[in-house]
Amino acid sequence: MTVMEQTLEEAKKKAEEREVLLDLENVSLSFGGVKAITNISFNVKKGEIRAIIGPNGAGKTSMLNVINGFYQPQEGVITFNGKKRKSMKPHLAVDQGIARTFQNVALFKGMSTLDNIMAGRATRMKQSMFWQMLYWGPARQEEIEHRKKVEEIIDFLEIQHIRRTPVGTLPYGLQKRVELARALAMEPELLLLDEPMAGMNLEEKEDMSRFILDVNDQLGTTIALIEHDMGVVMDLSDRVVVLDYGRKIADGVPEEVQSNQEVIDAYLGLSH
Amino acid sequence: MFYRTSGQFKTTYESDQALFPIKQDMILLAVILAAMYVVFPMFASEFTFKALLVPVLIYSLASLGLNILTGFAGQLSLGTAGFMGVGAYACYKITSIFPEMNVVVALFLSGFFSAAVGVAFGLPSLRIKGFYLAIATLASQFFLVWLFEKWAWLYNYNASGAIEVRTMDIFGLVVTGPNASPVVQYYFVLGIVSVVTFAMINLTRGRYGRTWKAVRDMDIAAELVGINLMRAKLSAFAVSSYIVGIAGALMVFFWKGAAEPNLFDIPMSFQIVFIAIIGGLGSVMGNFLGAILIVALPVVLNLLPGMLGLNIGSATMEHVNVMVVGSLIILFLIVEPHGLARFWALIREKLIIWPFPH
Ligand SMILES: Nc1ncnc2c1ncn2[C@@H]1O[C@H](COP(=O)(O)OP(=O)(O)OP(=O)(O)O)[C@@H](O)[C@H]1O
Ligand SMILES: [Mg+2]
Repeated sequence: MTVMEQTLEEAKKKAEEREVLLDLENVSLSFGGVKAITNISFNVKKGEIRAIIGPNGAGKTSMLNVINGFYQPQEGVITFNGKKRKSMKPHLAVDQGIARTFQNVALFKGMSTLDNIMAGRATRMKQSMFWQMLYWGPARQEEIEHRKKVEEIIDFLEIQHIRRTPVGTLPYGLQKRVELARALAMEPELLLLDEPMAGMNLEEKEDMSRFILDVNDQLGTTIALIEHDMGVVMDLSDRVVVLDYGRKIADGVPEEVQSNQEVIDAYLGLSH
Repeated sequence: MFYRTSGQFKTTYESDQALFPIKQDMILLAVILAAMYVVFPMFASEFTFKALLVPVLIYSLASLGLNILTGFAGQLSLGTAGFMGVGAYACYKITSIFPEMNVVVALFLSGFFSAAVGVAFGLPSLRIKGFYLAIATLASQFFLVWLFEKWAWLYNYNASGAIEVRTMDIFGLVVTGPNASPVVQYYFVLGIVSVVTFAMINLTRGRYGRTWKAVRDMDIAAELVGINLMRAKLSAFAVSSYIVGIAGALMVFFWKGAAEPNLFDIPMSFQIVFIAIIGGLGSVMGNFLGAILIVALPVVLNLLPGMLGLNIGSATMEHVNVMVVGSLIILFLIVEPHGLARFWALIREKLIIWPFPH
């Protein structure tokens, strides 16, 4: 065996050993006549970084929308943490520990960075309106408690300097980072990232890659991410699933997928 | 120089989250409160109370209520006056059915009625947005005024069809009716407005405020961080209509002394929308600035010709008032949608860095 083959085997074995966190079986989704996802099965394992790639319109974003309950697939079975899903709504996904970011940043533009991230903890704050009107006692206690957690995330993502800035005025790269911060504030078990590096320059991409690896490594968060930059995908991910025209055309560790003929064709636009 | 923040470092989140992290803000507030609670009552004439101070406070409160709904939660409403009417009529009925009840208790109770009606008319907001919601609230406005006219039980079957506030006292002090002193009424209104404003400053800077603003800025994203849109919108309708209802009851009980149904018609709804826009949507303090401008402008315009020795009729000045207010609205919508509150924020920022702008 060559060295190359050896590392490939190792990577595969590591993936084998992990426990399944999210499992999709024969999932199909269509909008009227448009088939966005056709009969796709794949899983995400605990602790891994799973990349979803494919050409434009392949159905990647739709896949994330199905996972976090924004769309209801017409067919298929989805199992999260060993529990089969019946009907799904976004807030149920939040309760189960799934958080996400969006392809086109979806922040609360008129609010400060701090408030955006605090909003990520909305469902964890329970104090009644009465105490909040006094901003005293348990309400103040709760606010401070969550603020501490949020400050940890702010330090982690190095965005201290923009704490009080309304996010609408921030440059795109920083907005993406604030959005990641808001998702982290939800303390998710599974984090879905839709093109976290789109529109960034090289330096910003490197920063973001580092943050994603740190989140995975230090917080132990499982991550499923969509990304177009192949270099980034190969560096970051443990396993890759490739979609094209709503179908799955490949699934495996990066080295495997990279050399798959169908994938090469899809990206070069040959097979169609 | 006056707004020096150097040396005022925050070492704990507690102090960073304090209501007035900068000392100068606290001093300014103290000055305003001293003026409101001590200086004005000492010098103001009966006319000043009735034509300026009390109406400014009541309109500020109504605008604050509208601002919770429109400025913070992003739900457009053109039915504010109708909900003020619900508060006023509720207070009237409560005080007629329970004549022994303390009028302040009746006032705070009547807010629950306007809140309930507000939530009922807020239900369409779960399905419709923006322009269509505004039209739905306008419909509630027509319906409520019609109800105030037709449901004779509401005005105790008076021949006039109007409600008239009888003389009521609290521990022997006459607070409503024709014999109540304007100073006493002013203090009552001021006290209630202060309490509600304090509560709303707190509510809007905590979880409720963030939830409302999240729904306003991007409802899809709000849903995806786990915010229950229905709860968020309806809570905004409830809190907003509660405050608006109290403002309506204050208006009738502590200022006008009587009301006909058409008081709560569309013109007042628009007037309050104007105050909120000129003051600044999404701000608590802006409502007061907007109310000062809208209430004081016609009074000043009325006195102006006499002061300048000009012979211009008050009818003309009324037209001038309408024109000035109209231009201001357009100006603010185009130039500064965040209203007077933003101007103050900018001035404050300049003062903080002055005289070293870099
Ligand atoms: N809400 C919708 N209504 C109708 N069609 C939709 C909807 N959302 C997605 N589609 C269609 O489903 C297909 C897959 O879209 P999707 O956004 O998932 O692609 P994608 O892989 O994320 O593409 P991109 O790389 O451009 O983001 C496309 O043909 C798209 O037009
Ligand atoms: Mg996409």
